[in-house]
Formats: sequence, structure tokens, C-alpha cells
Amino acid sequence: MAEALLAVDCLTKRFGGILASDELSLDVCEGELHALIGPNGAGKTTLLGELAGELVADSGRIRFAGRDITALPVWRRTALGLARSFQVTSLFLDFTALDNVALAVQAHAGHSFRFWRPARDQRELRAPARTALERVGLGARADLLASRLSHGEQRQLEIAMALATAPRLMLLDEPMAGMGLEETVRMVALLRELKREFTILMVEHDMDAVFALADRITVLVYGRVIASGSPAAIRANAAVRQAYLGDAEGPVPDG
Amino acid sequence: MSAALNVRNVAAALFVAVLALVPIYSATTGNAFPLTLFTRIVIEALAATSLNLILGYGGMVSFGHAAYLGIGGYAIGILAHHGIYSGFVQWPVALIASALIALVIGALCLRTRGVYFIMITLAFAQMIYYVAAGLDQYGGDDGLTIYRRSQFAGLIDLSDRNKFYYLCLALLLASLYVTWRLVNSRFGMVIAGSRSNDRRMRAIGFPTYRYRLAAFVIAGTLGGLAGALLANNTDFVSPAMMHWTRSGDLIVMVVFGGMGSLFGPLIGAIALLALEYLLSRVTEYWQIILGPLLLLVVLYGRGGIAGLLARADRG
Repeated sequence: MAEALLAVDCLTKRFGGILASDELSLDVCEGELHALIGPNGAGKTTLLGELAGELVADSGRIRFAGRDITALPVWRRTALGLARSFQVTSLFLDFTALDNVALAVQAHAGHSFRFWRPARDQRELRAPARTALERVGLGARADLLASRLSHGEQRQLEIAMALATAPRLMLLDEPMAGMGLEETVRMVALLRELKREFTILMVEHDMDAVFALADRITVLVYGRVIASGSPAAIRANAAVRQAYLGDAEGPVPDG
Repeated sequence: MSAALNVRNVAAALFVAVLALVPIYSATTGNAFPLTLFTRIVIEALAATSLNLILGYGGMVSFGHAAYLGIGGYAIGILAHHGIYSGFVQWPVALIASALIALVIGALCLRTRGVYFIMITLAFAQMIYYVAAGLDQYGGDDGLTIYRRSQFAGLIDLSDRNKFYYLCLALLLASLYVTWRLVNSRFGMVIAGSRSNDRRMRAIGFPTYRYRLAAFVIAGTLGGLAGALLANNTDFVSPAMMHWTRSGDLIVMVVFGGMGSLFGPLIGAIALLALEYLLSRVTEYWQIILGPLLLLVVLYGRGGIAGLLARADRG
């Protein structure tokens, strides 16, 4: 069997007395959209932080594309093809939308000790950035300051920034967070489009979206994986229903 | 954005024209004072411009920038003290010394953020201040008189006040041009991005520390250049030129003129030194008037004087 693109092995992370990751193992295969769900405080964002390299696990291993990345800093992992979007929108608010994405492109276009040529005139940065913006539907908003975009548009911009670097794996932290119904519908359509091209690990609370998009779902409770499998298997899993406050209907939709 | 005929560009062009005419004005009126004042303004503007690169564009509030002026100045003074007057030796030494010290200080300080960064840059500058004060063989607290200005093998005579002024002005304009290139380059985008959201910069794949450090070193080197000019201008170096209040003055110039705007530090230097001159004729306690003025600009003129001009553009 071919090795998974991302293989997490026995990851443990403790914040004081709380186990945020408890011997957590998980893998993400090339080409799948893998959703990570679980109640609040289950350690989903912690896990993304560990994968991206912002948090260092106390023990365990992370392998990505055949390499051990456990000890690599954030920017090195990014260089290997890990792109992350944030749960709380994290943009360069005083930059235009296009500048935001162009910066992401620049991050993957060699070193930036280039002191002379104006970056905003460089086609090799601007063209891919514009393509990524158009891809997420922000083509017409390219020259607006990121701070002037609506919340939904800012979430789209987050995706565009991840997209622009042609990543091997996208880590999306609640891409639907705080979105209205219409914005959510648009984001689901976008992700459905993207999953054909990219491998995605997504944390999300919107169960309709999760079950509509995911090829595989992993359920996290108190830092531990309690179930992992196809949407159908997860839907039928009793432990999962239990985990959601014992609510038999819960957030797991039928049908 | 195109270089359109807007209020800001016109103001900038006007400033430069006025600056270029100062020696002619002084010569025709026989009043040397404007030349003396503006030589100082231009040198201070160069120092403030170097600070603006990290403070204005990079968001690094260095409260010890006067240290690099001191190092540049002392490099000239100490070499002159030992009979080495050649500018071709003095100036590279001044630049390299300030670059190296900026590298060491920056490497340590840039591991911290916010208030800690401000405090640790201040602490390093104070350390250098006391080291200079303790250099008894070089005058200690009293400073060191420089008996001959830097010699450039007949290329330019720095003792000629007009020529010296034009050299300072040329170096200021050159450093403004370099700053403009820098902040718009890929490097500049990284520095600005890191000011805006450093965590995000790292998340999209930038090792920001090394870029911020490079900016810090460039700023320190330019500060050293300003120090070399200052030493030649006053024929004297002393620890006072790196007193923390001098670092504060530089921050005031940058903030007053407009952080992160190219001409802001120049405008700030003119405003601060002109106000100092004008107000000190009215009262000995001129800072009592300057303080509230500064407050007004910071509170109501976001982006400093350059920001006010930018708003005038938009009408």
C-alpha cells in the first residue's frame, strides 16, 4: 500500500492538565477531502497547529510526503507544500486582496532578498495571484483592501492564499466559520471544486457541509480519535452520536 | 499608483527644491544661519529616514537608533584621533561598524516583540552610551574633538560648507531613493507583511526573522552614515549624540512626519528642528509647546504630516 500523504502517529500534546492531543493517529491520503470533526475543545485546532508547525507536540511523529516533518518550523513545512487557512481570519488587512495573495505566491518563489525590482510589477507574482482570486470568486475585488472585504469574502481570500501556493495539502480551519447561509453555499461549491485538485484536511462544525464534501471523516473527542471512516460509517457510529452530548439526532444529519 | 501631480508629490518636489536652494539663499543674504540649520536638518532627516525603514515600514519600534549615529560618529572621531583622516578608510569603517553592531543587537532584539523590543533596543543603546562615556582615552563624557574633517583625496572638500551641505543632501536623496526601491521590492513586501501580520507571514512560508534582521541592519548602517556626517558637521563626537533622548527625537520625527511614508521623516525633521528653533526664541521651555503639538498630530493627523497631505489629495 502506498504511504499516505500525511501520516500522524501517536501525537501527544499537553496544556497543563489538559490533553489536547492524546496519542492521536491519523492519515490523509492523496486526493481525499478528510474532515475533522468533534465537539468544542476536542483539540481540532491544536492538531492543525501541530501539523502546520505552530505548536510542537510533546511526543509522536508527523510524516508528510514521505518526510519526517515533526521538527520542522512552519515556513519549511509550507515550503514542502502544506498550506493553512485560519479559523479566525488572519489576513494582511492593510494590503489589497491581490497583494495578500501575491505575498503567498512570493513565499514560494524562492528567497525574497530581492531589494530592487518593484514586487507589484512582477507578472510571475501577480498573474498566479489573480488566477487564485478569480478561482475563489474575488476577481472583481482584487484591488480592495482586505479590511474592506465582507467576512465571507475574507474567508474566500484565506482560501485563495492557500490555493495560490499550489499546495500538496491544504489545512482548512473552519472555512465556513461565521458565514451566512448564502456564503456557506458558495463556499461548499468552491470546496467541491477544489477537492478535485487538492488534498484537503478540513476542520468544520457545519455538519451539512462536512457530510456533503468529505470522503473520510475523523471524529476527535478530548484529543482522541474515537472514529474514522466514510461519512456513512460515521453517521451510523454509535460512539459518535454519544460524543455529541448524547444527542441521538445531534449534528449528524440523516440521509 | 502613478506619479501623478497630487498634493503630496508637489509638496515633496517643493521641499527638495527649497532644500537645494538653501546655500544660494545663505550666500546672497550673507546669513549663514539657514545653511547651518538646514545642514543639521538634512542629516537628522537621513537618520530619521533610516529609522523609518524599520519603524514605519517594518513596525519595529527601535528606541535605540541614536546608537548607530554614535557608532558612525565615533568611528570617524577615533580614527581621526589616531591621525587617520582618509574618508576612504573612515567611512567604510563607520558603515561596517554600525552594520555589525546592528546585526548583533538586531539578532537578539528581534526575538522579542512589542514593549520588550522597545525596552531591549533602549537597553542596548544605553549600554553603548555608557561604553562611549567610559572611553577615557577618547574624551570619555566630554567627547572628542575632530581637528580635520574626512579627506577624500581632493574629490570633495568637506570643510567647504556648501559642498558639505550638498553632499549631505545628495546622500539623503539617495537614501530616500534606496528606501523607495526597498519598500516596493519583494524584500519590502516581506517587511511590510511582517508588520501587518507576522504569524500569517510564517504560515505562508516566510522565515520572517532573517528579513526583519536584514532590514534592521540596513537601517543601522544608514544610521551610521548619518553619524559620520554628523561628526564631520560638528567636528566633534560625544556620548550625548547617542543619549536616549536623541533616539526619542528620531522617533518623534518619524511619527510627526508620518510613519511609513517616504518623505515623512524629512518633513518630520524639518518640522521638529524648525519648531525647536522658532519656539526656543519665544520661550526657554519650548518643549511645553512642542509636546501638545505632537499630541495633536498623533491624535488627529493619523499618518503624521504626510498623512494630512495624503488626505488633502483625496479632497
